[in-house]
Amino acid sequence: MKQIKIALVGQPNVGKSMLTNAIGDTTLHVGNFSGVTVEKKEITFKYKDYEISIVDLPGTYMLTNYSIEEKVTSDFLQNEEYDLILNVADSTNLERNLQLTSELLNLEKKMLIALNMTDEAKKENIEINANYMSELLGVSVVQVSAVTKEGIEKLVHNIIQTYEKPKKESKLVFSEAIEEEILNIITHLSDNKFQSKLSYRKIAINLIGEDKETYRMLLDEPIWITLQPILLESIKHIKMHHDEEAMIDIFADEFMAFNNGILAETVKIKNMDVTKLTTTQKIDNVLIHPFLGIPIFLFLMWGLFQLTFEIGSIPMDWIDGFFGWLGSTVGESISNDDIRSLIVDGLIAGVGAVVLFIPNIIILFVGIALLESTGYMSRVAYLLDGFFHKFGLHGQSFIPLVTGFGCSIPAYMSARILKNDKDRLLTLFIIGFMSCGARLPVYVLFVGAFFSPESSGNILFSIYICGAILGIIMAKVLKMTAFKGESEPFVMEMPKYRLPSVVLIWHTVKSKTWMYLKKAGTFIAAASVLIWFLSNYPHDDNLKHDYENKIELAIGIESKNMLSNELNQKLLEQSFLGHIGKFIEPVFEPLGMDWKMAVALQTGLAAKEVVVSTLGVLYSLGGDVDEQDSSLKERLSQNIPFASAVAFIIIMMIYLPCLAATIVFSKEAGGLKYTFYLFLFTTFVAYAFAFIGYHITLAI
Amino acid sequence: MGKTIIDCDINKSYLVKKLHTTGALRQRLISFGILKGTQIKYLASTKMNATYEIQVGKMTIALRKDEAMKIEVDEYEAN
Repeated sequence: MKQIKIALVGQPNVGKSMLTNAIGDTTLHVGNFSGVTVEKKEITFKYKDYEISIVDLPGTYMLTNYSIEEKVTSDFLQNEEYDLILNVADSTNLERNLQLTSELLNLEKKMLIALNMTDEAKKENIEINANYMSELLGVSVVQVSAVTKEGIEKLVHNIIQTYEKPKKESKLVFSEAIEEEILNIITHLSDNKFQSKLSYRKIAINLIGEDKETYRMLLDEPIWITLQPILLESIKHIKMHHDEEAMIDIFADEFMAFNNGILAETVKIKNMDVTKLTTTQKIDNVLIHPFLGIPIFLFLMWGLFQLTFEIGSIPMDWIDGFFGWLGSTVGESISNDDIRSLIVDGLIAGVGAVVLFIPNIIILFVGIALLESTGYMSRVAYLLDGFFHKFGLHGQSFIPLVTGFGCSIPAYMSARILKNDKDRLLTLFIIGFMSCGARLPVYVLFVGAFFSPESSGNILFSIYICGAILGIIMAKVLKMTAFKGESEPFVMEMPKYRLPSVVLIWHTVKSKTWMYLKKAGTFIAAASVLIWFLSNYPHDDNLKHDYENKIELAIGIESKNMLSNELNQKLLEQSFLGHIGKFIEPVFEPLGMDWKMAVALQTGLAAKEVVVSTLGVLYSLGGDVDEQDSSLKERLSQNIPFASAVAFIIIMMIYLPCLAATIVFSKEAGGLKYTFYLFLFTTFVAYAFAFIGYHITLAI
Repeated sequence: MGKTIIDCDINKSYLVKKLHTTGALRQRLISFGILKGTQIKYLASTKMNATYEIQVGKMTIALRKDEAMKIEVDEYEAN
């Protein structure tokens, strides 16, 4: 079986991920926002006698190093091993897309072009003569549509053809002035019989185009001495012809002229009415309206959170019921007390508390995926940049920040779209203020316990908003102190609005939810068992016997209950967890928190979902008899003063994200020292605000 | 410096005359096809003119006021 390795390259928003999805059955994430596919993604499939693997490179407008993604792409194309380039272009905007195509042609690799979005082009009355274009460019050109799957068969067929046939000479030509100088350099190289892996033409173009690698390569060669004056003369000539512009401008100009020539020959646009507004313009007239834009955005966000809460609560009841049933069923079949407690109170209760929040998380992830894939996300960046810029952030910081509402891990990773180091670091430090999906369970629990059901949606929304506002204020503080300096320029494309692809959203949500579940099954299950152990051991049998005897002797249900509660309390206090909690209690006392809350917060450092299961274990221990039906919510509202609950929520909002996210943060920020700073920063801010919040609530 | 994007009239076309910037920003603008001689159209701006929206070919580009001020333009005479 022959193996073909393909580098998939295209500008942002040309539907690359969709195309790979259409070719083979894969789970790639697609976004309309420039650079959602930051990571290099690879798919492999079999076709006839070939095993074809496609590396989906980050979208790039040009082969420059403007952002990290663009650098990834241009490095890969120039240095990695692959058989051919598959260039994806948007049929409705070839003028722009071919700019990258000409740069790719310049790489002198085997290549073919997929003109994607053929269906859209037809609707816009754009007629493309792909065969003639193929002839003019000297590479295979196939019209495809990732949406309707049109042309996909032919594309795969042509991939094989391109692979099997020898590489054709590129037909990319420059203007006469440049071609003349290229020829001069080629002549000099061949006169001196210069040895190189690159073709003479490629070397000449690279030298004129100021390619650093080529200069580095030639600098050590004896030929450099004679080549240098020729090159200097050539560059002087070219610049003279182009009004002394910079080389990058000249090359862009040259490519554009070449492309316009091709397009004039191959593309016909019938009866295009320039005065008629496109759908995107019509939508934009409303969505990015100077006055209505931001209120509409806030409304959409508010709607998303309402939905998360309202609709999510329905399946939550079912899940809750299921785990209750599972716990009692399994419990009946185990005779050993310790093992039963481990399985039912530790494992099932802990994991159940986490799985309970799957519906909320699915709805939230669907919402974020919708924002991304429709193209609305970049509008929001446009609307908010003015505001964000005032606080030292970048309009594009919005993307990682909003992703942060889902999960901090992808949020930290998506901060790579910010090119400037300081802008990126600043955004990284603020992401934690955007409450992630894992914190949602804790909020839902506390809001449910301490507020009326009617106001719970609004309260939840204000928790998220307060966190976000606080984060932005902190950004300003950091920008004025730790991250002084120039801001990154804000220049970005606002892509056409597109209907989201159900398949891709499904894949995204599925993989995210699966990740959450896997975490529940492994990490959180282990953490629940650990906490169960810490709270149940060491056993104090004497104490237990004492109380059991007292309960036996007591008269009336009330006094029996009182004694059994007292026993549970005492048992907890002498457990390992009780000792840890007692040890750190003084720190949390000014916030009105007892050791149980303190312990719950500590366990949240491992993973935020664990806080719920910890509270579950801590507050329902030993509550057999008649308190069986009372839920964790009720227990919390009975045992925790309102002001302490407020302080608890505030700490949850601000303090260090989970262990996994902290590890990712440390990787993205570029060093452990930043993790240490983040710890100090979040701990200090969290404590300070919780203290203030506690005392304000007490005063009211 | 002459007229820049921030002095333009809404929904009118202009020709780029000069980019008053170098390095990464220039590269970025060029990669969007904004270079000398390109026809651009000023579409809108946000409140307080913090961010501008321009059309380059078929693309819509958003840029901040600081960046918009670096793109010098000439009137475009439609024939």
